[in-house]
Amino acid sequence: MALDSKVPKGSIKDKWTDYKNHIDLVNPANKRHIDVIVVGTGLAGGSAAATLAELGYNVKAFAYQDSPRRAHSIAAQGGINAAKNYQGDGDSTYRLFYDTVKGGDYRSREANVYRLAEVSANIIDQCVAQGVPFARDYGGLLDNRSFGGVLVSRTFYAKGQTGQQLLLGAYSAMNRQIARGKIEMFNRHEMLDVVIVDGKARGIIARNLITGEIERHSAHAVVVGSGGYGNVYFLSTNAMGSNATAAWKIHKKGAYFANPCYTQIHPTCIPRSGDYQSKLTLMSESLRNDGRIWVPKNMEDVMAIREGRKKPTDLSEDERDYYLERRYPAFGNLVPRDVASRAAKERCDAGYGVNATGEAVYLDFASAFERYGREQAKIHNITNPSDEKIYELGQAIVEAKYGNLFQMYEKIIDQNPYKTPMMIYPAVHYTMGGVWVDYNLMTTIPGCYCIGEANFSDHGANRLGASALMQGLADGYFVLPYTIGDYLSDDIRTGKIPTDTKEFDEAEKEVSDRINFFVNNKGTKSVDYFHKKLGKVMWDKAGMSRNAEGLIEAMAEIKAIREEFWKEVSVPGTADEMNPELEKAGRVADFLELGELFAKDALMRKESCGGHFREESAELDGPQKGEAKRNDEDFAFVAAWEYKGEPADAVLHKEELEFKDIELKQRSYK
Amino acid sequence: MNLTLKIWRQKDSKAKGQMVDYKVTDISEHMSFLEMMDVLNEQLVNSGEEPVAFDHDCREGICGMCSMYINGEAHGPDRGVTTCQLHMRMFNDGDTITIEPFRAAAFPVIKDLVVDRMAFERIQQAGGYISVNTSGNTQDANSIPISKHAADEAMDAATCIGCGACVASCKNSSAMLFVGAKVSQYALLPQGQVEAVDRVKNMVAQMDLEGFGNCTNTGACEVECPKGISLENIARMNREYLSATLKG
Repeated sequence: MALDSKVPKGSIKDKWTDYKNHIDLVNPANKRHIDVIVVGTGLAGGSAAATLAELGYNVKAFAYQDSPRRAHSIAAQGGINAAKNYQGDGDSTYRLFYDTVKGGDYRSREANVYRLAEVSANIIDQCVAQGVPFARDYGGLLDNRSFGGVLVSRTFYAKGQTGQQLLLGAYSAMNRQIARGKIEMFNRHEMLDVVIVDGKARGIIARNLITGEIERHSAHAVVVGSGGYGNVYFLSTNAMGSNATAAWKIHKKGAYFANPCYTQIHPTCIPRSGDYQSKLTLMSESLRNDGRIWVPKNMEDVMAIREGRKKPTDLSEDERDYYLERRYPAFGNLVPRDVASRAAKERCDAGYGVNATGEAVYLDFASAFERYGREQAKIHNITNPSDEKIYELGQAIVEAKYGNLFQMYEKIIDQNPYKTPMMIYPAVHYTMGGVWVDYNLMTTIPGCYCIGEANFSDHGANRLGASALMQGLADGYFVLPYTIGDYLSDDIRTGKIPTDTKEFDEAEKEVSDRINFFVNNKGTKSVDYFHKKLGKVMWDKAGMSRNAEGLIEAMAEIKAIREEFWKEVSVPGTADEMNPELEKAGRVADFLELGELFAKDALMRKESCGGHFREESAELDGPQKGEAKRNDEDFAFVAAWEYKGEPADAVLHKEELEFKDIELKQRSYK
Repeated sequence: MNLTLKIWRQKDSKAKGQMVDYKVTDISEHMSFLEMMDVLNEQLVNSGEEPVAFDHDCREGICGMCSMYINGEAHGPDRGVTTCQLHMRMFNDGDTITIEPFRAAAFPVIKDLVVDRMAFERIQQAGGYISVNTSGNTQDANSIPISKHAADEAMDAATCIGCGACVASCKNSSAMLFVGAKVSQYALLPQGQVEAVDRVKNMVAQMDLEGFGNCTNTGACEVECPKGISLENIARMNREYLSATLKG
């Protein structure tokens, strides 16, 4: 099947408006006869469910958590971008579009990104109307901050809990519809397969995670907003339950999976400390507004710090290497995430890491304390303030901005980050790759949509900070509700989709067989054993930098782990009860397939772009020496993989990327 | 460190539960409490036993999924943290740790340490929202200035993660800190005024219907709240409720 992105004709500025003016609509009376399933209730799924229900469709929403509000969007910290230009610093729809395409290293679809930038301002209006308590300045207007990879302040925030507040906003909109009966909410339910009838997605098979019951649910369309697949690495900033199962199931039933190798390794996470570690914790990128990243200049100091003979605060300015400011004077500490992560790895690989594992750099707020402190002293007319007073005043400002993050750090590491610099190291955070969708957000299965992090479309090979929340809400509130209507307008006479058909029988049998296999296998090793093993291969061979040799090994090793898993996995308990090990087994089985496709995709992409750094493709000399080298001639395409059984047999389909409105350039932040 | 764990085991909502003793060894002080539970569960799985079911997800203190009543305190002995943020450095070698589910009539046990908190969902469905459609056609976000003070206070109330520690800590199993926080967020913002009267009445009515107890001002909820939600929110809810009743 040839890939058709269905991008409307016309100039980029008019595409979305023209599109909306010409699509088919479903009249309000007919919407009552149409059912839509939404899987996942994060920012994308939650906002989509609420909006579709408001429009009049009958929505069935599914979450594996006990409440939609607990989806992992809740953990997003820093903020949400919008081209409001409230700061008057030159922002515009075009500039947000440009920054996002450039930040994505020119591997995203222009038309989708422009639409995203276009609707971004509406999101802020909408959220404020819903009662989201964004940060404000003393005049009562909305405050902004700046994020990596941009030169304006366009990020709206609610302390360090922006994701929480936006999700609670979407959740409140959902609650209003649940109360009206327009959303039927299925908490503690997991989608285990999609059901296809006459080539169209017409339902799902789900498991009730309390009773173990396997349920059939039908609808006229299925929307998957189930998040990313970062947990393929075992350790990531994702929630423990975050999984790729819904996305992977639709892939196996015909949805192409695009660019799986594009992973975001976030530069500011709390370093790992031991083998027992179950997850990694992010420290918001917003901290890079005020924190400066450094390692010692001299190896003696590194050793002294590791052995506890010196403290980081003992080192003078001359003895510190602020390597981001040194290498990237224009953007400094606010370079995009992929660049910052690789720079940290480069220093640590060279032996300058500051903790026992050698995998940590400092994020230091001392100069922010002083800068804010002096400013406050002036505001409060304090003449000749002492150093302590300046520090105290500055600390209060930093605390107001990032207090919860500092507290979180102290609880985990047991060090006070107001007194000593934080230690950070990159960790897997977000996956730009995902299910391939067209301009309508429809997958290659008719009637099956994919939104938010689960799809691939807007962030190219690297996502800029504060853009995930923007995309999730844009897809759910403002894009999908239009595009899905155009599809559903053909279904006004279809009537309810029956579930007592052979398609549902077959899908249910497949699901039940697999569950029965797990609980009856009586192997010798736990699910986590395999998950950790997979994670180690992924991190070592498909992590921050990759090469052909390692990727070929990774594919073989993952396949071997998968084969061992299906022989030796042990799942205690039964199928007809709450059984967390059984849930994990199903998810890890899917990660064991996805991981291999990931490595295959990374192997195919013999260029460096964004989060995907191929060691064979770096600049060898000139001012950009050592930086990633993109290859637009051969690789300016989306790699969409078609499932053919074994992951190694997946077939590549290319969607060529056209850049009509932005010139393809080397991405320089120097 | 080596520890003895006394854990509530209950097969399902209908079964009778009991405390069961387990031993874990070589626990690092840098582990989180839930990582210690992972160690126990791995041990159980490897010996073919059923692991202990407990709720958890984000493991960074924001999703509100984890619960557990540890040594007689919701989320354990540390302050301002959820169980997933509790670290083993709070305990000593040789300790015996008692781990129970959150206990409240409105939070029935589903299995082991997992409880059903759907009552919170229904309270929010009763009025925890502003009735505005997501059309994107609302007015510009900056058209209503909101004082920084009000916005910050609303934010403080809105940080509630809905974990239920307040209910578990209260001798009356009252949910007033939770409902107070939800009511306050909207009461403090101009957008919330239009529906203020109905909101507080409906949410309080649902709270009562769910079987939560009343508030007798002991303040245990505030002490145990991982997000530091203040008792002021209960006072504000009472004020809102009284004024709503007077308005009819």
